[in-house]
Amino acid sequence: MDWSPVWISLATSVTATAITLVVGLAAAVWRERHSGPTLALVDGIFLLPLVLPPTVVGFFLLLLFGRHGPLGQLLLHFGATVVFSWPATVIAATVVSFPLMYITARAALEQVEPGLLQAARTLGASEWRVFREIALPLAWPGVLAGTILSFARALGEFGATLMIAGNIPGRTETIPIAIYFAVEADDIQRALYWCAVDVVISLALLSGLYYWTRTQGFGRARRLAG
Amino acid sequence: MALEVQIEKKLPDFELNVAFTASEEPLSILGPSGAGKTMLLRCIAGLERPDRGHVVLRDRILFDSEQNILIPALRRRIGMVFQNYALFPHRTVTENIGFGLHALPREERAARVAALIERTHLKELANRYPRALSGGEQQRTALARALAIDPEALLLDEPLSALDTHLRSQVEAQLQEVFSTYQRPALLVTHNIEEAYRLGERLLVMSRGRVAAYGPKEEIFRRPPSREVGQLTGCKNFSRARMNADGSVEALDWGCKLRVDQALSKQPAHVGIRAHHIDFMEAGKGGNAAENVFPCWLVRASETPFRETLYLRLQPPGEDTAYDLQAEVFKEKWRCFRDVPCPWHARLSPESLFLTPE
Repeated sequence: MDWSPVWISLATSVTATAITLVVGLAAAVWRERHSGPTLALVDGIFLLPLVLPPTVVGFFLLLLFGRHGPLGQLLLHFGATVVFSWPATVIAATVVSFPLMYITARAALEQVEPGLLQAARTLGASEWRVFREIALPLAWPGVLAGTILSFARALGEFGATLMIAGNIPGRTETIPIAIYFAVEADDIQRALYWCAVDVVISLALLSGLYYWTRTQGFGRARRLAG
Repeated sequence: MALEVQIEKKLPDFELNVAFTASEEPLSILGPSGAGKTMLLRCIAGLERPDRGHVVLRDRILFDSEQNILIPALRRRIGMVFQNYALFPHRTVTENIGFGLHALPREERAARVAALIERTHLKELANRYPRALSGGEQQRTALARALAIDPEALLLDEPLSALDTHLRSQVEAQLQEVFSTYQRPALLVTHNIEEAYRLGERLLVMSRGRVAAYGPKEEIFRRPPSREVGQLTGCKNFSRARMNADGSVEALDWGCKLRVDQALSKQPAHVGIRAHHIDFMEAGKGGNAAENVFPCWLVRASETPFRETLYLRLQPPGEDTAYDLQAEVFKEKWRCFRDVPCPWHARLSPESLFLTPE
């Protein structure tokens, strides 16, 4: 039995979630500090991958990263091709999970009372310290929720991945893709097997994460109540 | 001067346009809510950018629109106590107080925080989180946190307004103690007249973004420069006034002629007297004391715990409930004459009356 789809799926989701966490948080912080009517368009673009069918997202990515796409050409300069390789699965998963991270992180950061950030500034804290020591810890439950959602989305990603990464066993074949091609090949046994594995992994990870954040949340509440 | 402020800033409802210089004495900034007091503090602290002007603190230019200088809040070293204290909820009392000292070596920081905790009587609470503190304790923590950075100036935004009455005097005493040793500019914003008087040496009265009065508090309370300042400092009685050729003052709304001690170089616009300065005389006692004594009739009375507020008319009452004067007397005194039939005799003593040019 070839376990590679499990490892590929996990590696892809973890990497994509890590990138999404950093980029999504950065985007949320940047957006929180700037306002203007034109930025509504930026918001729209950031949220687009959530609304568009994954095939559309995948097709756009293919146009961008393909041999003749602007980013593909750029990468070619450095002798790299992304399409139909493992990084492509990460790109697809990152792009589709980004909106979830962005939207939750932004909501969480907006909940932090501005007076606390200002108090920190009058006490000599740099913007980085204000973020790291005040804004982020106070927004943490929301950021964590965004991370869980992003991870779940990345793990379930299928359409965009298939478009840009294809189905190369041992390299880009994630669990959802393995399931699709098993059904395609009329190998119901195999499809069922991967479905079961997917359910077990998702359930274990989500309930584990949920339990962890809940205990964290309770710990925080207890500490705050003194 | 220790702190020189001259700022203009357009606000939604009016323009903030304030200029003053503050010494090392504590300064109370008094004004109704929405007068721009908090905005003024925020401009000094560097949390808001004024449109024009300058802020100079102990020879350090913090803001100057002409020289294009704007020192950010983190480098101003101005201690600010926010109205709701803005304590970091995820940090203990100790961590809150030490937040501004992270650049110091660990031992030195611990020693400074310990000293402040001692000074603000927070020792038993050092490891508590803000949510587990009472309002007064939160206030003390916020004060200690602001003092920790050894600030060049201290700004307090309504420091007592969120506290219960019984806690106020306690916290006020603490503030007075801090002020007495803090030999740098300290600005305290409040809308409470008594607080402003007790805590500040000098007083700045603000109204709709401008300075309505600025000077030693006794002077402003004794001789308000305008009717508005009189009202903002709690004076209830005003009448339009005109000076006669013989120096006496005609109170047009009260319909009487008054002798006033205060000399004014120009025509007064108003004459005023504070409610508790109105005296009541027994009828028939004449002589010089009869000066500025007028018969008056009670319209209605209202009670406070220790004093009685009397609304009086200087003419025999008609149908309406309009009144000319509002007097305040201690209940002990009120009991002595409340059963005497009207008219009573109210005395507006010449030294208590004041004239305002505008």
